[in-house]
Amino acid sequence: MRHAASLRRLRRGEAAHRRRPARGRRGGAAVRGLTSANVTMDLPHHGYRASKQRGRPAPMGGESVLFDDTSTSASQGYYTPGYNMAAPSNDMQAGVNNLFTDPMANAAMMYGSSIANQGKDMVNKEISRFMSVNKLKYFFAVDTRYVLRKLMILMFPYTHQDWEVRYHRDTPLTPRQDVNAPDLYIPTMAFITYVLLAGMALGIQKRFSPEVLGLCASTALVWIIIEVLVMLLSLYLLTVHSDLSTFDLIAYSGYKYVGMIFTMLCGLLFGSDGYFVALAWSSCALMFFIVRSLKMKILTSLASDSMATGSSAKPQVRMYITVATAIFQPVIIYWLTSHLVR
Amino acid sequence: MLGLATHLGANMAFTLYSLIQAAILCVNAVAVLHEERFLSKIGWGVDQGVGGFGDEPGIKVQLMNLIRSVRTVMRVPLIAVNAVCIVLLLLFG
Repeated sequence: MRHAASLRRLRRGEAAHRRRPARGRRGGAAVRGLTSANVTMDLPHHGYRASKQRGRPAPMGGESVLFDDTSTSASQGYYTPGYNMAAPSNDMQAGVNNLFTDPMANAAMMYGSSIANQGKDMVNKEISRFMSVNKLKYFFAVDTRYVLRKLMILMFPYTHQDWEVRYHRDTPLTPRQDVNAPDLYIPTMAFITYVLLAGMALGIQKRFSPEVLGLCASTALVWIIIEVLVMLLSLYLLTVHSDLSTFDLIAYSGYKYVGMIFTMLCGLLFGSDGYFVALAWSSCALMFFIVRSLKMKILTSLASDSMATGSSAKPQVRMYITVATAIFQPVIIYWLTSHLVR
Repeated sequence: MLGLATHLGANMAFTLYSLIQAAILCVNAVAVLHEERFLSKIGWGVDQGVGGFGDEPGIKVQLMNLIRSVRTVMRVPLIAVNAVCIVLLLLFG
């Protein structure tokens, strides 16, 4: 019921905004219409104001926006998932009726579910002491359309025009609504795929054993941690006040795994020449992507930093950071994949 | 571990434990810098770090602040962490 209601809301918003003059791409207008429709009706006014300049929104009332699948409603007509869910639920009804006739089993089920809820609340409380789960949820609010577009941008960023991360009343939009927003889904999946692919490559060369898989995973993880720490340290020491949080940096560091997977696949399929060609291609694409994305965040940060004293050195220093990050990517791609494609 | 490292070729085979060891060594190195015997002598003491107001601090002041805060915060936990590390190394080599 809720799904149908939200779909009706989306289509109404989309139809109302379709009469706006489209800016060229039809996809852009639909996305903007969808964005403004979603955003004016569903997102809460202000989640909370974090200590950083722009905090992430807490999904208090907008749970449905973060977790509904919006990719099917925008492009094709919507299919009714009711057909798939009707058949299993009929079977479950018959089984559950049998269970409820026995009061002891009923009481046991209630008790078990209450214990499970208590355990879940305790785990949530402990985890939320270390990191804010709401901020993490923002990074995993993706849909298939976003993932496909982002992968295309990562491999071929030269035709993407608008690199600005869009905001809504001073909070960033979720990745479903803005293709420039960083997410953590692609890096996580790419990391796991890289580990599996490394195992496969080692198996092809008959050098495989199960411990090597764990070793490869922890090596790659350690390099990410080192890179994020070095970035944080340099941003702190050079007093660059950007709104890049730790999770943003983890996301931008994790995008290189997509390039690594592509390079390794070409190396496995086409031999040494294919490996170097793919390495050159993905290095250039990744360097371009990182420079364009971080330029928006680092170089154009707050107006209060552009005081007259010493501001001539600042854009230069920030450019150094961006370029150093970009140069580091192909080095680490080569370092982590060359031994697998001998 | 050396045999596994040769499996990965010329790559340094990092484990999470080696990262923790490297971090402990670095933080120990920062915590050992003595305030009046060393840092003041080279002009990095706590009383020499005042810049003008409204001026952005500059890398040397930020570094001095970082060293001072690491030394203040990590002095007591480092005792515990170092003790644990020594015991582990004695037991497991």
